[in-house]
Amino acid sequence: MIKFIFKGIIRDKTRSLLPVIVVALGVFLTVFMSGFLRGVFGDIADINAKFTTGHVKILTHAYAENENQVPNDLALLDVKNLMGKLHADYPEMEWVERIHTGGLLDVPDKNGETRAQGQAIGTAVDLLSPGTNEVERMNIQKSIVKGSLPVKQGEALISDDFAERFGVSVGDEVTLFGSTMNGSMMFKSFVVSGTLRFGNTLLDRGAIFMDIHDAQLALDMDDGASEVLGYFKDGVYNDIKAQQVEKLFNAKYSLADDEFSPQMSRLVEQEGLGDYLALVDSAGAIMVFIFVIAMSIVLWNTGLLGGLRRYSEFGVRLALGEEKKHIYKTTIYEALMIGIIGSVVGTGLGLGAAYYMQTHGLDISYLLKNVGMMLPSVYRAVVTPDLFYVGFFPGVIATVLGSALAGFAIYKRKTSQLFHELEV
Amino acid sequence: MENSSIIKIEKLVKRFHVGKTEFTALNDLSVSFGRGEFAGFVGPSGSGKTTLLNIIGSLDSPSEGEVDVLGRSVSSLTHKQSAKLRNKHIGFIFQTYNLLPVYTVYENVEFALLLQNLSGSERKKAVMDALEWVGLTDKVKSKPAMLSGGECQRVAVARSMVKRPEIVLADEPTANLDSKNSHHILQTMKNLNRELKTTFIFATHDEKVMQYLNRIISLEDGKVVKDELITDSKN
Ligand SMILES: Nc1ncnc2c1ncn2[C@@H]1O[C@H](COP(=O)(O)OP(=O)(O)OP(=O)(O)O)[C@@H](O)[C@H]1O
Ligand SMILES: [Mg+2]
Repeated sequence: MIKFIFKGIIRDKTRSLLPVIVVALGVFLTVFMSGFLRGVFGDIADINAKFTTGHVKILTHAYAENENQVPNDLALLDVKNLMGKLHADYPEMEWVERIHTGGLLDVPDKNGETRAQGQAIGTAVDLLSPGTNEVERMNIQKSIVKGSLPVKQGEALISDDFAERFGVSVGDEVTLFGSTMNGSMMFKSFVVSGTLRFGNTLLDRGAIFMDIHDAQLALDMDDGASEVLGYFKDGVYNDIKAQQVEKLFNAKYSLADDEFSPQMSRLVEQEGLGDYLALVDSAGAIMVFIFVIAMSIVLWNTGLLGGLRRYSEFGVRLALGEEKKHIYKTTIYEALMIGIIGSVVGTGLGLGAAYYMQTHGLDISYLLKNVGMMLPSVYRAVVTPDLFYVGFFPGVIATVLGSALAGFAIYKRKTSQLFHELEV
Repeated sequence: MENSSIIKIEKLVKRFHVGKTEFTALNDLSVSFGRGEFAGFVGPSGSGKTTLLNIIGSLDSPSEGEVDVLGRSVSSLTHKQSAKLRNKHIGFIFQTYNLLPVYTVYENVEFALLLQNLSGSERKKAVMDALEWVGLTDKVKSKPAMLSGGECQRVAVARSMVKRPEIVLADEPTANLDSKNSHHILQTMKNLNRELKTTFIFATHDEKVMQYLNRIISLEDGKVVKDELITDSKN
């Protein structure tokens, strides 16, 4: 019987083609959108992890409370000692120090007078020590537009935008004005070794990247750091492991009554990323739900139309002694087959499109000119294993549901009435 | 005759409800059939022929009266039981053939057997036998659309006969056929009637059909007005 049904579907294009297209389309959209949402979220999380949050992040209690003011007077001290402990306690992770500072970047003329000035975000990472992974992590090498990486202390990279705007060339000197850890005036001159464009609007507007030792010197932060970030060595955030690390660390080093004691938080606890993650998940779930309902309605109607066309077939089958329950069941099997075919096709297309978007991406930087958030300006999808089923099952369910609704008339009617209506 | 009757209808009334009014299609009708008859209901359009065949085939149920088919009271059958009765014991032939267009000749005939627990080889033998009776063994792989009307109706005959039912109910089987094909199909059915002792009951206006019948029952307004045995019918 199953073979019979299958032959029917394959041969009767009008019976199968429209539903297959409908299902395939819906499944395609679900799969592709899931991959895209996930990719975008992943990129956002990844960028945030690399630039600001780490997989885990250690701040002092006090610093954490006012983190967005970059309060370096509350920064971590005795960092070498802390790093030593971290390496010993968590050898599976890589730990890095960073300093953030805000200030004015001053471009002097030949006589040392201010020629131009602009707001800049200063970021100090380990650029120079042998074996540092920070350059690669922050994709600095590839983001260089002109010039090259700093090779010695006193050299820095600045945003290409900034350099263009103020006519700064590689080899020029710029001065960063700000305040030291102790609140006194700070100014530090750097030779511009190169210019940067990350494809991230916020960073590209005005930033200076320097070596951490320069920053420590300039800001009077000897053996200090704004933050210590931890990364899993495989580069992939794992919330379960991160929770363990966080719990152990805080139990051991975080003192509730010492606002300068260190405190660890996970990626998802920062910057509202946890909420964001939840939002992406529920948006995905809502999308799938709407898709199932919409597809079911469409398929219900195509099922009804198909049923009308097949009235005489059902009538003959009743006359041949098939129970109406059995006829109903076979229409469900049919739907199941159509659902599977459509879902396979849709999943294939969706995966293909997601893969294309994973490798090519969608550049929306022109839309983000005035956005201050840490957003990637090239959106990429990501192909994850669950894409193989996020669309598949809803596709099959929608088809079966639609056909169950459409066929319900058969099930409810009395045979005699049905037979009359079937106009055999 | 009375004892060996396989269909026994007594005081059958069939009413249809059309909106609020009631229409009596069959009115206090009694008739019975013995095994191996080749009989037909004739009468003007609307006299109740189709309605009567549907009730005999347990596709419809009586409003009043008794209808016994092969010892079963049709009005007391459950849906499942009446489906089984049709599946095993009753074949139908319709005016418009009603073959399933997506299936081949072979598959159309086989379909009737799929609901029974037969092995593949048993099915194949039965299907090929049935197609041989109607002379279509050379068209097994054809689709209905490629066949002539006469050939389609022969497939329908094969489909109704493949399970070797006791009773075949044929509603205007020749109405869409030309004279040559009509005679061919009637001849085929008459042969099957003789060889397999299958009871054939027709509903018809067609003079050609009447020439073959051994018994003609005339209906008018849902009543039997004449019931005559024909001794000089065509073979
Ligand atoms: N489901 C139904 N609902 C209401 N009336 C019906 C129904 N089926 C049949 N009738 C009526 O019952 C009467 C008998 O119909 P039936 O189809 O049995 O006639 P018939 O003798 O087969 O006619 P024909 O020669 O045109 O096929 C007709 O008047 C018809 O309108
Ligand atoms: Mg009729």
